[in-house]
Amino acid sequence: MTDNRFFNRSEFIGILVLAVFLVVILPLTLDVFRLNLVAKYLTYAFVALGLVICWGYGGILSLGQGVFFGLGGYCMAMFLKLEASSVENTKIQSTPGIPDFMDWNQITALPLFWKPFNSLTFTIAAIILVPGIFALIIGTAMFKRRVGGTYFAIITQAVAAILTILIVGQQGYTGGINGMTDLRTLKGWDIRPDHAKVVLYFFEVGCLFACIMIAQFVRHSKLGRILVAMREKEDRVRFSGYSVANFKIFAFCIAAVFAAIGGAMFALNVGFMSPSFVGIVPSIEMVIYTAVGGRLSILGAIYGTLLVNFAKTSLSESFPELWLFGLGGLFIAVVLAFPNGLAGIWGDYVQPRIERLISSRKSKPAGWTDSSVADGAPAE
Amino acid sequence: MLIGHQPKDFLLAVSGLTVSFDGFKAVNDLSFYVDENEIRVIIGPNGAGKTTVLDLICGKTKATSGSIQFRSKELTRMKENEIVKAGVGRKFQNPSIYDDLTVFENLEISFPRGRSVFGALTFTRDAAVRDRVHEVAEMIFLKDKLNMSADLLSHGQKQWLEIGMLLIQDPDLLMLDEPVAGMSVSERAKTAELLNRIIKNRSVLVIEHDMKFVEDIAHKVTVLHQGQILSEGTMEKVKNDPKVIEVYLGH
Repeated sequence: MTDNRFFNRSEFIGILVLAVFLVVILPLTLDVFRLNLVAKYLTYAFVALGLVICWGYGGILSLGQGVFFGLGGYCMAMFLKLEASSVENTKIQSTPGIPDFMDWNQITALPLFWKPFNSLTFTIAAIILVPGIFALIIGTAMFKRRVGGTYFAIITQAVAAILTILIVGQQGYTGGINGMTDLRTLKGWDIRPDHAKVVLYFFEVGCLFACIMIAQFVRHSKLGRILVAMREKEDRVRFSGYSVANFKIFAFCIAAVFAAIGGAMFALNVGFMSPSFVGIVPSIEMVIYTAVGGRLSILGAIYGTLLVNFAKTSLSESFPELWLFGLGGLFIAVVLAFPNGLAGIWGDYVQPRIERLISSRKSKPAGWTDSSVADGAPAE
Repeated sequence: MLIGHQPKDFLLAVSGLTVSFDGFKAVNDLSFYVDENEIRVIIGPNGAGKTTVLDLICGKTKATSGSIQFRSKELTRMKENEIVKAGVGRKFQNPSIYDDLTVFENLEISFPRGRSVFGALTFTRDAAVRDRVHEVAEMIFLKDKLNMSADLLSHGQKQWLEIGMLLIQDPDLLMLDEPVAGMSVSERAKTAELLNRIIKNRSVLVIEHDMKFVEDIAHKVTVLHQGQILSEGTMEKVKNDPKVIEVYLGH
């Protein structure tokens, strides 16, 4: 593979290594429970991927990606919940055929905005369009007025807080603080047994690679370079004839759509959706994943997400109280010592050594293939 | 504003332009006209409002009142990127280039194609782009540095790069804010040579303090003082104007 519109040679190898890691190594070495955990972590990788474009390249820090993750997740969960609430399944309720939490809240008919979610086609469209359009509205309102930097970050945080309050408050329509639980089938196919978890894992990995390809395409297009240029000298870009606001809106929307796909995958793989994935804390955690992986590295963001989440699971099992301090400390350490995260460490220390090794081997007749570079570290 | 108030053949007609920042009038009822293919130099002491005039023309600052007509389009009501599309290019005082991109990429971004979001996504680096970038790079003495990251350039080379970025944009009116400031003597000579070459077939509005440089290139000089025109005309006339000598040249 040579350079094309998606990746250059070293990026191709990096993507290949990641594919081998996710498609072959993890499914072969982990049991279904652990594989399902990885599936859960990878849902955040979609968010991290979007943040690489929006924050890393475009310099637009959003502390409200949980909003879009939640919107995508709730769209998917609404479809699954409706399917799980057939008249047959809910005949003990005073109003059969509506989701259980509605019945508990004395709602007697399915609200109007729930009705289209009986259709899977509509749901898939909504997963992309609802967060996309919402991001378009926020982005247009902010960027056309030249709101940026810290102010934008604060506003996205406020949006995350507002949406959480809204979801918790409207218990009868949203399931409230408990969220939407007990999701069972997708078009009649049970999503709960082990074999379904494995299938869903592979489906998710497939979607992740599709998103990686889109991100690579954006990054290698002139738009990717304009984002970098904008991050540095916004005025120069503006006075070179570009509408800076439109480019920022685009970056923000694409990050929102990626996050929403991640949210939908979460509902499918984990089997529920709740407001605890929408608010300020999860939104900031998602930024930390990106920072740890390297905010300028598409693949780094994926490894960063996996690493932080593995650490979170194992550490919070042993030291539940200390974990949050650990996470905060990690963020500070990364920002101070490794501003380009794992990908920066890889690019500065590991990759040059491997290249030296390859070039010294190449002088000998011994056969050496690129796959020897393979290990779990981010290649960028 | 009266329609047909000015003769049509001016490229740029600034009339009654005023901008006030909290009551302070940085530019006060300013009127001047620039012809096609004219090189106009604006001089004046610090704080005279020179840079503000350029900011107003390119849309960075919004005018409080007055009008700026460019090819009979009213610029005061247009957005910055529309003004660029109309044919106005602006170089900033400090070299304003993209440090994280290569020299080639810096020039490529200014190439006037694919300026919308989807245009930029589908933009291809074809022969026309490559040829033009190479041609401009040769002009601005950076032919061998195309693949170098722009932050490794010297101050003078950065100034040239920004001039090159404007050249590739091919504006009808080129506005340069102190193009030789901070340059070494040899760089200054090369820049004068470069400017003399690129000012052909377009109008240029230059702010400069270096009087020798001004004498070399100016067709007409406008002297600004406290946001108003103190004197205007040929270099010879302006140099001998007692008011100009008092507030500016006499120092």
